[in-house]
Amino acid sequence: MAEEFNITKHSLVPEHSRLTEEERNSVLEEYNIKLNQLPVILQSDPAIESLKPEIGDVIKIIRDSPTNIKQEFFRVVVHG
Amino acid sequence: MVDIYLKYKDELPGKIIEDVKKEAEINKLTSAEVKKVLEEVKHEYVNSLISPGESVGIITAESFGEPGTQMTLNVFHMAGVAEVQVTRGLPRLIEIFDARKEPSTPSMNVYLKSEYTKDEKTIRKVASFIKQMTLQEISSEFSLNMMKAAVEVTLNSKKLRDFGFKKADILETLKVKLKDVNVKECTKGFVLESSKEEGDLTGLYRLRQKAKEVIVRGISGITQVLPTKKDGKYVIQCAGTNLKEVFKLKEIEPKSTVSNNLFEIASILGIEAAKQAIMNECLAVLENQGLDIDIRHVMFLSELMTHTGNVKGITRGGISGEKESVLARASFETPIKHIVDASITGEVDKIRSVIENVMINQPIPMGTGLPGLVAQIKKEKVGKKK
Repeated sequence: MAEEFNITKHSLVPEHSRLTEEERNSVLEEYNIKLNQLPVILQSDPAIESLKPEIGDVIKIIRDSPTNIKQEFFRVVVHG
Repeated sequence: MVDIYLKYKDELPGKIIEDVKKEAEINKLTSAEVKKVLEEVKHEYVNSLISPGESVGIITAESFGEPGTQMTLNVFHMAGVAEVQVTRGLPRLIEIFDARKEPSTPSMNVYLKSEYTKDEKTIRKVASFIKQMTLQEISSEFSLNMMKAAVEVTLNSKKLRDFGFKKADILETLKVKLKDVNVKECTKGFVLESSKEEGDLTGLYRLRQKAKEVIVRGISGITQVLPTKKDGKYVIQCAGTNLKEVFKLKEIEPKSTVSNNLFEIASILGIEAAKQAIMNECLAVLENQGLDIDIRHVMFLSELMTHTGNVKGITRGGISGEKESVLARASFETPIKHIVDASITGEVDKIRSVIENVMINQPIPMGTGLPGLVAQIKKEKVGKKK
């Protein structure tokens, strides 16, 4: 048996990173929204397991976009 | 030259700038000409942006609905063609958008590491290790021995040789997989005796059935394998999915190995991967049918289906059942149920969405109906002027 495959290296999984408090506030300010208006990612999501996220954290996702080269996307961590 | 492009970095998407750059190099444009082109492109880009209040959902629905009428309505089953059957066309599209827990034809594309793709023999060997094999497939006979209250398994020696099985290995797996059973080796194969005190006929029959289904090799759930060549890479198409177990194999390239079960992807690779998978599956169907739907519609739908952190279909159990308004939910499916439930729990409908306003004949909050006007009356100034 080979060693466990790190799923963050999978071609379907984009880059996930956790935002700091200031970065989070600036994102919310930029879009003029509240935290609960962001799309959601579950705390148990396998792609962010290594980041050890807490509820209320904002995860920045950098995707390959078909209409742009890179696209930033934000999701808020919720219980589940 | 680079500076010109940098100026437009915040105004145009990176991909458009890249495209302009490429074309400019081919046609050897001067920087003044490039600037002119970029200005023109920016003008077109801003004009084609969707305006606030546009009902993009309806446009998406129409964009899928119209070419959808021209799709293959039935899945064709080809006879005699060595191919793993995959649902395509409209049935597959419905399956994706409804987010069915199990696709009607679960399948996986397993990619191999380059060192295992040198010759066809190794590829076939790897494929045979992925496919599930039950004891029944490598045995020629399962007979009941009433006198000893045992099941006698006769192995097919030709198949054993063909697939490279060793009798000792099978004995080990049988010992692990069959609990409360004494497994003994004999010249023809194995003798299975139940160690429990149920030596009666039904017990024996049950034991025989259990023994037949023991998986002696491969990954559970994968019933068919077909090595193929796709875009210069060797792919093993599998009927049946089991991503978790496949990722453990050392011969495969887990990076690009995918399944067509959206829920499996969501649980193993996360919600973002599921979003990407919805897009890929959708585009695969559209391409297969030769339809040209703008990719933005597919992006929008996949985003909508995954924004709650789970894969949700566009059904009354999924996103359509999560609307805030009672009337909006009732207008989609099962109206009586929604209205009765709402009246029992005393739900309030704030009439803020489109459908409710259509029902009560009011302007809908869409397009020019979206913004409200707030007039600020400056009383003092008006008075002074008089």
